[in-house]
Amino acid sequence: MIYFDKVSKIYPDESIALDQVSFGVEPNEFITIVGHSGAGKTTLIKMLIAEDKPTEGAVFFESANINKLKKSEMNKLRRRIGTVFQDYRLIPNKTAYENIAFAMEAAGRTDAEIHSDVPHVLDLVDLGNKIWSFPGELSGGEKQRVAIARAIVTQPDIIIADEPTGNLDPINTFEIIKILQKIHKMGTTVLLTTHNKGVVDEVGGRVITMEKGKIIRDDKAGKYIL
Amino acid sequence: MILTHFKRVIRSGFVNFWRSGFLSFSAIVVITLSLTIFGSLIFGSAFGRALLKEVKNKVDINVYFVLDSQETDILSLKKVIENLPEVEKIEYISREKALADFRDKWKDNTLILQGLDEIGTNPFPAVINIKAKEPSQYAGIASFLDSKSSLSKEGVSIVEKVNYNQNKIIIDRLGRIIPAVEKTGSILAIIFIIVAIIITFNTIRLIIFTAKDEISVMKLVGASNLYIRGPFVISGIMYGVFSGVLTLILLGAFSYYSDVILLKFAGVQGVQDFSLLVNVFSVYFISNFPQIFAIIMGSGIVLGAVSSYLAVKRYLRF
Repeated sequence: MIYFDKVSKIYPDESIALDQVSFGVEPNEFITIVGHSGAGKTTLIKMLIAEDKPTEGAVFFESANINKLKKSEMNKLRRRIGTVFQDYRLIPNKTAYENIAFAMEAAGRTDAEIHSDVPHVLDLVDLGNKIWSFPGELSGGEKQRVAIARAIVTQPDIIIADEPTGNLDPINTFEIIKILQKIHKMGTTVLLTTHNKGVVDEVGGRVITMEKGKIIRDDKAGKYIL
Repeated sequence: MILTHFKRVIRSGFVNFWRSGFLSFSAIVVITLSLTIFGSLIFGSAFGRALLKEVKNKVDINVYFVLDSQETDILSLKKVIENLPEVEKIEYISREKALADFRDKWKDNTLILQGLDEIGTNPFPAVINIKAKEPSQYAGIASFLDSKSSLSKEGVSIVEKVNYNQNKIIIDRLGRIIPAVEKTGSILAIIFIIVAIIITFNTIRLIIFTAKDEISVMKLVGASNLYIRGPFVISGIMYGVFSGVLTLILLGAFSYYSDVILLKFAGVQGVQDFSLLVNVFSVYFISNFPQIFAIIMGSGIVLGAVSSYLAVKRYLRF
């Protein structure tokens, strides 16, 4: 489904963020990428959503080289990828409903679909009572749940969650992981980055360990060894 | 689907406008100031034109005829002058009319009228008053008159005096000053307009800078550039509409109260000296309202929309 082919990223100041990284993601996998801060986890995610370009190598989504896609094709691809970030990245002047509806509008869904799906997906993340709240009126855990609802509402092929629990307390962390596991069980591929050992232990599954821009381990059974 | 997209972009633009209250207010204030500069330039230009027109109207050539010249000779000379391309207006004042005008002017001053009666005859010569299209054309008309006056009937000159030479310095100076004033005014107007556009663009760029994270989120969920940019352009248009309305209210109020302001600053005597300039703003504003409305609203909308369009562009690159 996704394949990183010898991807390197070297910034203008000569720092190496990724060094010859190669790995594949199969459909319906739950992969956790672990590593200390600066290991290259976020750069890896940026390559996948084409927020940044590799210096060398290529990233493939199915058969398409992401960096060679036209803008319109890239927009279509992004609609097949749901993204969740540590800093939530919600639109501050839109309500929870509008933040989620916007993703559906961008994907070209009809008003009827939006009206029926948005409340449903907010119920799924247990935020049915916060539908008209603005991000500023929500707690960190609630914001992250809105971000997850936005990521899954268009039924993407893969959810990419970059340190989604980084700003959350243990209870909210546990709840977010439970939601991601529920989404995975419904048939969605999940790619999660974290440096939280508790999260890795909870999730299990395949774990890729990164250090200084390189993949140093790729374990099928969840292990956090650093 | 296109219609649905369009409807959503419009709705989103309106919602963003209302929810970003303080930022929208700031943009409206800055665009209103820019449009007020545009409006001031329009009014300044109208005022300048009225002032120059009045000054130009004050400049003329008077041809005084000898007292015993025949009216038929004078009228035939008038006809010749009338056909000159430089002449805009020509007026003949007969000796009788000159006398009647004098009597009418001084009807309340018995001393002067008594003096006039004591002379016994009409002392006023016939006059032809000539107005040229441009002040610079008076020299040509004057030299033409010099040559024509020598061609008098039966060898006797009917022209007593042409007052061009007395006014020559002022007329020549006006001929040089007026084009220079017009040129300087145009250059100043262009500079002001550029400054206003730059200030507006930078303000809107700052507003959109605060939304750069929002734009990156929109990109991440796969929104097209058109779909991201649309609401910002709509908000920009709304800044322009509100600023345009505010500017028109400000200009309307200024033109309505311009006479009071003129009276306050120039004093009663000043206003009397420039009597033709009283009401110049209010009359100009009312009679040219459709054009002023189109210029101000059009400039506001274009400024808001284009600034927003360009400011969003830089965040759509990835």
